[in-house]
Amino acid sequence: MAGVQETKKHRPELEQLQAAFKRIRQDRIAFFYLILLIILYLSVAFADFLAPYGENWFDRELAKAPPTPIYILDEDGALSWPYVFRYKREYDPNTFTQQYVPDLSQKYYLHFFTQGEPYRLFGIIPGNLRLFGVDAPGQISLLGNDINGRDIFSRLLYGGQISLTVGFLSLFIVFPIGMIYGGISGYFGGRIDNIMMRFAEILMSIPRLYLLISLAVILPPGLSSTARFGMVVFILAFVGWAGLARVIRGMVLSVKKQEFVEAGQAIGLNAFTIIVRHVLPQLTSYVLVAITLGVPGYILAESGLSFLGLGIQQPDASWGNMLSEAQDISNIIERPLMLAPGFVIFLAVLSFNVIGDAIRDILDPKSRSLVRR
Amino acid sequence: MSIPLYILKRILTAIPTLLIISFLGFFLMRYNFSVGPIDIPVGQGQVIHVLDRYTFKNPIDPLAGYRNNPQISAAALAEEEKRLGLDQPMLVQYWLWLTNLLQFHPEELLKGNLAGFFTPNLGKTFSGEDVADLIARRAGNTLILNLIVVVLTWLIAVPPGVFSALNWRKLSDRSLTVLSSIGMSFPDFVLALLAAKFAVESGLFPLGGIVSDQYELLGFFEKIWDRAMHLVLPVFVLTIGGLASLQRQMRGNLLDVLNEEYIRTARAKGLPEDKVIYKHAVRNALNPLISIMGLTFAELLSGALLIEKILGYPGLGQLTYKAAIDTDTNLVMASLIMASAMLVAGNLLADVLLKLADPRIELEG
Repeated sequence: MAGVQETKKHRPELEQLQAAFKRIRQDRIAFFYLILLIILYLSVAFADFLAPYGENWFDRELAKAPPTPIYILDEDGALSWPYVFRYKREYDPNTFTQQYVPDLSQKYYLHFFTQGEPYRLFGIIPGNLRLFGVDAPGQISLLGNDINGRDIFSRLLYGGQISLTVGFLSLFIVFPIGMIYGGISGYFGGRIDNIMMRFAEILMSIPRLYLLISLAVILPPGLSSTARFGMVVFILAFVGWAGLARVIRGMVLSVKKQEFVEAGQAIGLNAFTIIVRHVLPQLTSYVLVAITLGVPGYILAESGLSFLGLGIQQPDASWGNMLSEAQDISNIIERPLMLAPGFVIFLAVLSFNVIGDAIRDILDPKSRSLVRR
Repeated sequence: MSIPLYILKRILTAIPTLLIISFLGFFLMRYNFSVGPIDIPVGQGQVIHVLDRYTFKNPIDPLAGYRNNPQISAAALAEEEKRLGLDQPMLVQYWLWLTNLLQFHPEELLKGNLAGFFTPNLGKTFSGEDVADLIARRAGNTLILNLIVVVLTWLIAVPPGVFSALNWRKLSDRSLTVLSSIGMSFPDFVLALLAAKFAVESGLFPLGGIVSDQYELLGFFEKIWDRAMHLVLPVFVLTIGGLASLQRQMRGNLLDVLNEEYIRTARAKGLPEDKVIYKHAVRNALNPLISIMGLTFAELLSGALLIEKILGYPGLGQLTYKAAIDTDTNLVMASLIMASAMLVAGNLLADVLLKLADPRIELEG
């Protein structure tokens, strides 16, 4: 018996994955979105380098300032090294409004690979090199400044670090729990199955929204930002696992009737080994698709929670809480660029959806042989 | 299993579920430790202790806001305190809440008084309104909105779904798939923000509420028009949100059905193509959508909070959200139990409708 187990393992699920990746490279649309997604993740990973300012850098005198145009022609119309002007606030006594006008007296030239605010890349590597910037007190802002005078473009990059990882981290909790729970429930069946599924159904009978809000509301206000991030991940996972467990259970029910399960039982493997090593790997392609198509839901849930002020909180940036400033309608009318985080959420979600669809088309043989008209 | 028996069995299993949800909700509301002690430093290392941390001995006061409302008389307050049994142990308080909720009067039915059959005593909100009245009103708003949204989504999404499936992998199908990908990925609350921006800038649609300020002064048809105009934006945003996924579902279902043996049989026996498709294929492809409708409906009824909030639509979601933030226990509990019951009922309705539409499906309890 030992000899049988020693032989080189045949891993059909791994081959499937490799085949899937090959096919994605042939699918032009899916490949485009894969690249887009990689660019998104790389840019937020290197936010410290790409963003001209730190997450919490602010300039009160530039609150709600519009983006700074970058000029490449000087006063005489000749080509010049790119430069910007600093805004100064002016008060119009007739309309009682404030407006920003460029202060033309001083040009601030754009520098590449310049020394900026110090940071720790990935939390470890210290540095202060930034891709571009201008000398203080000039400010270069590609998307304008928010109500506290912080640079929206920089915060967009930093916010992505949270918004793009929350989904994955939640899934790392949801999937093991959902798979093992559903696996045990489906494999044993009978009373165990009954009790376990009843419990999952209770969770599923609470409207998602109520569960999210009630869990978020009871978070103590004094949490550190890391702890709050962890709690948000946990809350999203807690709300999501039951539905997955139910689907997995249904699939395990059909898989367990197959011969290899009986064979495993015959050679005396324990139930847990059979479930984890033999039954669950059968579901790899479903799980892969479910993960890819699941991430968008978590990204949206996080941004929704943070938008309401229940998720990631100021001063930490997340795409959701950056949008909450746009709740004030007059804000988005005057400065539509405030909706930029919404656009990046859309890009990320779209990419995951398209790639997920492509993987499903590849892994689900049914959809390949469809329609014989 | 016959359908009535199945419904009975499902209702019986739903009762413990709802009990557990209400139990968890009740204790979560009372024993939530969110409001910690707030210490205000006053110098020389001294602090003023403003709020106590809620502990098991010192749970959240479900009438906090009610107590602070100057419009509430002492008598009304005392009555609420007695109704909730605030001086009694927490388990007794839960029991009181439950018995107050389950006010069934079968004898009223015999008298022909339908409204008197179920008269839950849900108490008052912080602002002194009757919880049952308030929830009924808000549920009405949400119901109208969602009925329109569900009907519209179906009417708009199903034909392109059929079209896509029939033109499988042709250019038109591919373009529709791209469109639906975009539709599915656009965050609905960002769409709501854009809609709000559009409404204010163009001035074409009113933003917020369900009627205008001068509603009472309007004539009959103007009243209808006024209500309709207030519904346009939320209906638009919610419909767009559901459209794409339903279209895809329909496409997928129809593709599956077109692969079935009986479709081949129908073609083999020489049935005209449009009869094969519309009489046999499409009708069967619609079945799985019924269960989706039940779910969407239940989900929508619990409120599209973000959209309600942005567009200022007074639905259930916004009501519950605000109540949860203010710890208005009476209101949160009533809303929670109603939404959960609706979700359970929606699922059941979907399963039963599915069985009625497709007798091949086995109902298992």
